[in-house]
Amino acid sequence: MRSSTFGIIPGLSNTINQDISLEIFRRMCRVRYFEKGLIEAVKNGAITYPIYLSSGQESIAAAMSLVIPEFMIFAQHRCHATYLSFGGDTGRLKDELFGLPGGTSGGRAGSNCIQCHENNITMYGHHGLIGENVPLAVGAALGSGKPAVSFFGDGATEEDYVFAAMGFAVSQKLPVLFVCEDNNLSILTKVDVRRSWSMTNVAQALGMPAVDITDDPWTIYRKVQEFKKNLPAFMNIYTCRENWHMGTGTDGKPEWDRFSLVKDECNKRGLAKEICQIEKETQDQMKELWD
Amino acid sequence: MGLKTVAETIKEVTRNHLTKNHGLLLGESITAVGWVNNTVPDCPGIVELPMTDVAGAGIAVGAALVGRRPIFVIRFQDFLILNGSPLIFYAAKTKELHDKSAPVFVRAIGADGLGPVHSGILHSIFMHFPGFRICSPMTPGEYEEIWENFLANDDPMIVSEHRASYGNTQELNDRIVDNADITLYAISSVRFELHKAAETLEAEGIKCNLVHLLWLKPFVVTERLTEPLLQSKKGVVIDPGYEIAGASQSLAYELNQATGCKVKALGLYDRSKCLCPPLQNKAPDAARIYETVKMLLNE
Repeated sequence: MRSSTFGIIPGLSNTINQDISLEIFRRMCRVRYFEKGLIEAVKNGAITYPIYLSSGQESIAAAMSLVIPEFMIFAQHRCHATYLSFGGDTGRLKDELFGLPGGTSGGRAGSNCIQCHENNITMYGHHGLIGENVPLAVGAALGSGKPAVSFFGDGATEEDYVFAAMGFAVSQKLPVLFVCEDNNLSILTKVDVRRSWSMTNVAQALGMPAVDITDDPWTIYRKVQEFKKNLPAFMNIYTCRENWHMGTGTDGKPEWDRFSLVKDECNKRGLAKEICQIEKETQDQMKELWD
Repeated sequence: MGLKTVAETIKEVTRNHLTKNHGLLLGESITAVGWVNNTVPDCPGIVELPMTDVAGAGIAVGAALVGRRPIFVIRFQDFLILNGSPLIFYAAKTKELHDKSAPVFVRAIGADGLGPVHSGILHSIFMHFPGFRICSPMTPGEYEEIWENFLANDDPMIVSEHRASYGNTQELNDRIVDNADITLYAISSVRFELHKAAETLEAEGIKCNLVHLLWLKPFVVTERLTEPLLQSKKGVVIDPGYEIAGASQSLAYELNQATGCKVKALGLYDRSKCLCPPLQNKAPDAARIYETVKMLLNE
């Protein structure tokens, strides 16, 4: 079931506006090349604090941020992609990772607790108990009446309070989009070792629309457009992290590389020149940031 | 004679918050079985949570993040064990980490004599963690005071209530006497035992200062607390929670450090509370306070 093509809606990259496709890619680049600079900073010893990298999982936040930019965001610990895609400032993120006062939380919180309350972005920092952001998002939607998106991993879906909060959102008809960034790993333990059930089935049983798809950004874009009108809803999105749970190490090549697949798809659609330019611009910006 | 009971005061404060202050009240089984000992008004703004203790606290914290200043009702303090993680790990941390506060007013209701799962007093656990205000109001005036304090600040507040206080209409004032032999500091429900204990002791010629403790955190050691102790030279801090690593030991230590006087802690024995006597392990009563003072004075 889990694959690089699971649930893809065929032909979407051709029907969705090219500007959207290019902006999705731009946001993916922003994360990828920010983190390339970060990895170098860790390797050369400039950053010694723990870091949680989003590389490999960029397409999810990149696509979502274009459909639901106004939502309150309750991110998980692997949150660089969320912060940067929704418009967070690269300099402030860098400062936070260095523990500097200019950081997103004044350098007090670090990589897995990124928040943003500026430039029309409302993103609450995570504190490390996986899935804690699910009831928080539900409570925030209850209290404010505003829509919220809650990102969490496949491990967090196994926390009892996640079910309970999702069920409450259904009972109260709260505008919350629940997004599982399913990289199949809790640290290094795979989903099928941990459980025999599907969170998508659980969400459907609770009474909300739910879908399993892979991290094709065009499919995500379209599904979020649909679900946005019918919240609460749940999306389980198969994705692959490039690096270890924490830190810059790797365990060989990931199952698939969505970044390359998106580039390939854009090339097929005649956007080779544009994406080359975006990639080059982003590389230059990030080089300047990290130099 | 006061005009209102503690229960009526809580109800009034809550009604004002829900109807005039855009507040929220969340909890389990709020609108059933006596409306939480008749402390909750029938008005808009009440959200019945499903029986989801951990998620319920998280939902309350989420509502606090967006400015609703929710009242979160926990019908028995024992359930703080389950509800604690969003409160401790998120609400109490977010201001210091992110400069974003989550002011949730946690009504944690204590009781005694109801067996192993409904008689807990757990405020000590929360004293351990930074970020909370913690108090234990037992009078109408104290409840109004702590509510105003909650509104004037943006910290999450653990309010260690006790069923024994709900019918109370009286303020509980300190009583300082000349040439006292002992200063008794009391927290929560054991405050209602102080005068009885003092009467027994004074019948034997042992003079007692009585000092009531409302705030557990921040615990500010003022002259009001130290002067009676410096005069009597010995003191006891009495709490209805567990003594080991509990509020009584913690505050006794603070008072000892501030004055150099010997201060003993008196709380629950280190064993589980059971339903029936003699294994109930109830809060220290007047008789136990009497015995403890006699022992301390004889040392």
